[in-house]
Amino acid sequence: MNFLLEGFREGFLLALRGDPEVLSASWVTIKVALGATFFGGLFGLPVGWFLASKKFRGRGAAIAILQSLLGVPTVVIGLVVYGMLSRRGPLGFADLLFTPSAMAIGLVVLAVPIISVFSMTAVASVDERARETAMTLGASSRRAAWTVLREARFGLVAAVLGAFGRVSSEVGIAMMLGGNIKGFTRTLTTGIALESSKGEFGFGIALGVVLMIIILFTNIVSRLLQRS
Amino acid sequence: MKIAGLFSASLIVFILLWGAPEEGRADRVRPLRVAATTTTKVSGILDVLHSAFEKRSGIRIHTIAVGTGQAIRIARNGDADVLLVHSPEAEEKFVRDGYGLKRRLVMFNYFVIAGPEVDPARIGGMNDGPAALRRIARRRALFFSRGDDSGTHRKERTLWDAAGLVPSGVWYQSTGQGMGETLRIADEKRGYVLTDRGSFLKLVSKKRIDLRIFVTGDKRFLNPYSVILVNPEKHPHVNIRAAMKYEDFLVSSEGQRLIGAYKAGGERLFSPAFSRN
Repeated sequence: MNFLLEGFREGFLLALRGDPEVLSASWVTIKVALGATFFGGLFGLPVGWFLASKKFRGRGAAIAILQSLLGVPTVVIGLVVYGMLSRRGPLGFADLLFTPSAMAIGLVVLAVPIISVFSMTAVASVDERARETAMTLGASSRRAAWTVLREARFGLVAAVLGAFGRVSSEVGIAMMLGGNIKGFTRTLTTGIALESSKGEFGFGIALGVVLMIIILFTNIVSRLLQRS
Repeated sequence: MKIAGLFSASLIVFILLWGAPEEGRADRVRPLRVAATTTTKVSGILDVLHSAFEKRSGIRIHTIAVGTGQAIRIARNGDADVLLVHSPEAEEKFVRDGYGLKRRLVMFNYFVIAGPEVDPARIGGMNDGPAALRRIARRRALFFSRGDDSGTHRKERTLWDAAGLVPSGVWYQSTGQGMGETLRIADEKRGYVLTDRGSFLKLVSKKRIDLRIFVTGDKRFLNPYSVILVNPEKHPHVNIRAAMKYEDFLVSSEGQRLIGAYKAGGERLFSPAFSRN
């Protein structure tokens, strides 16, 4: 029990003191997760809206595919993107493997299905009457779509923040595509994996504390956004 | 539209920050990507050598610490500039296939077989690796293998071959992880493990594991580490200039002195390849 308590004490001290390695890992985590969530939303939100509000052939299949992509293990995403980005792979010329950009690309692949599926659910759950009312009040169809999105905003924010939480706490993709390079691609999660391999329990806890603060902070922001 | 303005402003700031030099460094010199084995990482020698090199040359190092097998595959694909590894046969093949320039020996230490103090297979004091492994197998005492095609794992396989055994059974467990993880698993589960002296002494000196060395002194336990540059003819994009400086640094008198001076718990972890003592 002492072992655990000491780890926590050491961890809190390191996190509070602003240890440079903790800071750098935190920044990489936030930067990569924000980038991935942004592009995930850029692709995912329109897809979600489209699937919820348009009827077309193959819609059922598209939804089924996206939903099963939710369950794809992150190491599989990591492996496939690794193959694409390696010098031997089709995108090797871009020199992206083992950089933050490579991690962000892998995490976008993780984020898109999450954001699509959950924003689809959010839009679909808006009462059909909201759109109809807007239309009867003389709104253009674009205006009516906007009304629906406004009604669905809680769900849409939740979809994006859910994706942020997932990508910021992910290990497999970050490790495979980033390479866990100190000060460059080491995130809080890959840092924890490394510290535990070295038996540095306290330092691992420090990184964990910061990660939990980030997740907590996103949740508070999400609450505030949903209230406003 | 205030939100849209705020949003795009923060996006621009974010994009600018993305490209910001790491750790506040202003230099934009291309970093050197080193694929090195986990044993050099766990033992701490890599951090010592790399920070000295970075200070001296101004070249930033990006270290990828993986098992030797994986390090060689990364280099083969052209995803690293230089290798620091410890599996002579695999290294020779890498060079023979034209992926690497010539190997240069940097340092060495020895493998040992370690285990829990009670020594269930009674191998304490032996100096014949394969004989000790045979005894472990006969007693079905827990043994943890790296199982990751690393230099340590390859050495372990050649020792089992020499013992004339194909290890299998619940007593023989493959962790599939790096040296640090495997040592900690062996420690938690009280089993035997083949490890290099450097990683072992480092973790013991920091009281991260509580295992004893039982078998040492076998000639087959020699563990040489070499540096190999990735051949720019195969992969023209490699950072060959920085890689050459790195290689020269490792075998320079300063690099060799750092290796010889590196200690944990009062013991030297690696012997420099070119030492006078």
